[in-house]
Amino acid sequence: MKGNMMDGPKTLFDKIWDSHLVEEKDDGTCILYIDRQIIHEITSAQAFDGLRENNRPVRVQDAHLLVADHNVPTAGRADGIENEESRIQIELLEKNAKEFGLPFIDFLDVRQGIVHVIGPEQGFTQPGLTLVCGDSHTATHGALGSLAFGIGTSEVEHVLATQTLLQKQPKNMRITVNGKLPEGVTAKDMILAIIGKIGTAGGTGCVIEYAGEAIEDLSVEGRMTVCNMTIEAGARAGLVAPDQRVFDYLEGRPMAPKGAAWEQAIEYWKTLKSDDGASYDIEVELNAAEIEPQVSWGTSPEMVAPIGSVVPNPADIEDPAKRETVEGALEYMDLDPGQSLTDIHVDKVFIGSCTNSRIEDLRSAAAIAKGRKVAGSVYAMVVPGSGLIKEQAESEGLDAIFTEAGFDWREPGCSMCLGMNGDMLEPGERSASTSNRNFQGRQGPGGRTHLVSPAMAAAAAVTGHLADVRELAADVAE
Amino acid sequence: MRKFETFSGVAVPMADHNIDTDRIIPARFLKTIKRTGLGVNLFNDVRYNDDGSEREDFILNQSHYRNSEILVAGDNFGCGSSREHAPWAITDFGIRCVISTSFADIFFNNSFKNGLLLIKVTPEQRDALLEDAARGENARIEIDLENQKIVRPDGEEITFDVDPFRKHCLLEGLDDIGITLQSDDRISSFEEKQKQSMPWMQGARV
Repeated sequence: MKGNMMDGPKTLFDKIWDSHLVEEKDDGTCILYIDRQIIHEITSAQAFDGLRENNRPVRVQDAHLLVADHNVPTAGRADGIENEESRIQIELLEKNAKEFGLPFIDFLDVRQGIVHVIGPEQGFTQPGLTLVCGDSHTATHGALGSLAFGIGTSEVEHVLATQTLLQKQPKNMRITVNGKLPEGVTAKDMILAIIGKIGTAGGTGCVIEYAGEAIEDLSVEGRMTVCNMTIEAGARAGLVAPDQRVFDYLEGRPMAPKGAAWEQAIEYWKTLKSDDGASYDIEVELNAAEIEPQVSWGTSPEMVAPIGSVVPNPADIEDPAKRETVEGALEYMDLDPGQSLTDIHVDKVFIGSCTNSRIEDLRSAAAIAKGRKVAGSVYAMVVPGSGLIKEQAESEGLDAIFTEAGFDWREPGCSMCLGMNGDMLEPGERSASTSNRNFQGRQGPGGRTHLVSPAMAAAAAVTGHLADVRELAADVAE
Repeated sequence: MRKFETFSGVAVPMADHNIDTDRIIPARFLKTIKRTGLGVNLFNDVRYNDDGSEREDFILNQSHYRNSEILVAGDNFGCGSSREHAPWAITDFGIRCVISTSFADIFFNNSFKNGLLLIKVTPEQRDALLEDAARGENARIEIDLENQKIVRPDGEEITFDVDPFRKHCLLEGLDDIGITLQSDDRISSFEEKQKQSMPWMQGARV
């Protein structure tokens, strides 16, 4: 018997893994059953080609959900897609859905949105199942207790053809965030602080379980923000044990179990937590009370600092390779060592992405935007995560708050997170962005990205520079 | 997939840590619906000027390195996005092997499925190979997967570990899906069992 199959205390991850193990080969390579797959237009065309070339059918049609998100325009989409390559890719997704008989959401449908927003929203994502997508932010779905991870196109094809993946079992890592988050500090600040602490390869080879009072206190949406950026810490999947909040979130969603199946599912979902005494290969603890609003200053998500601090000085770094990396980052970002973070002016503000485009994200940004104006030098856009979130926000009057303040209110999609659809930074432009990656050129060639929470992004929009949202929130309170 | 055979070639040194897949192939080149043709855009934004001309300071534009077949890289190579376009771009350029101390997980899986061998070495070995690579065409490095060794230009051998299954697939040029489908009966019986015990798990229509 292999270690993971032995009796004894198990982690949540071990439980889900074991319940999906089809076969384990002598060298530890496992055939893991995959319950669900979400498919978008960027990483799937070549996978469907592969099926056609080899005359292979899709094994389980209803296990998949297809929707376009990366490449869709966020304005005027009813007029069609202007960019020819984008149009071909999006049309091809629909063609593949029809040819292989797969569930599909049209890009003009109100349910369309970012894959990692609509999975939970539709109830496609559920506790205890395995879920994959050709997108590294698939870790998001772990917020509902689903073992979810990103894969490449060859693996997308592998899942389509076999409903399984060949995997070796990752290690167990637990990150416990004790205590309570201070006022004005959000799930985004928490995950940025975690990445700052463990580094961008800190979780490589692991599945991270997030635990502790501060995690339990988060809404399901907040947990999605935390799990979403797990990949930025190098781990493919993040998990939170599902609790009553998750069950309440899922109940009544279109694809959630109904009737007797719902009762049966709940009984099972309640068993999905790590046993007392389960052991982890790596344990990390943080104190929530010490976390401040975070902002990234460099070109890797581990290059973050509390908003009240300054740009670090490479001269203080002993390791020569690390020092060079930081020097390179500061040169690219056009920042000086010792400069106050709040002195950094921005040109664009992006509120959106699979990290921060859900209704509570929009509410928290709107609370700061309300009654204020976007600074004259700044262009700011809000891109809801799905058509349903957009509708919800409009019913709450959030769109009016944003547009009165001078924000551009857009249609759902991935948008400026990765700058594929025309929403992008120009060379040399600087953004405050609620997305997940500040890599060189991520939001457009030569663009400079500062990762922040939605409220911090709104604060940057109205002040024209990176700003401490707690100071603006205090003004609102007065 | 083409079989991986022993070869010796020029290695290009890229010592930066955390070279991410956005740097390897920027998102706007992901509009393609093919696996081929991405080599010309490998490292696009650091390789070309705004007007499309080559940047002289970028190493792959230097005559020694235009035909590189090996890349020696800093820690955590291939982090970020899951785009398989990254290994597609690397192999389309002509690189068949990347050597580093560590690789991001998804990139690691994607590479082997495209015949791209990734070798993990110690920081000291990586630094030595970076020095070899800095000598360009004057220092060809041999990659012998069968015997799991790197032969440096001076003849010194560095042995490396590789997962036996991945090695087998690479040497034989095998397709994963065909191998998995040999377990079709087991997959079917798993599905039957799950349908009984957890009927809600299996698919739902939109």
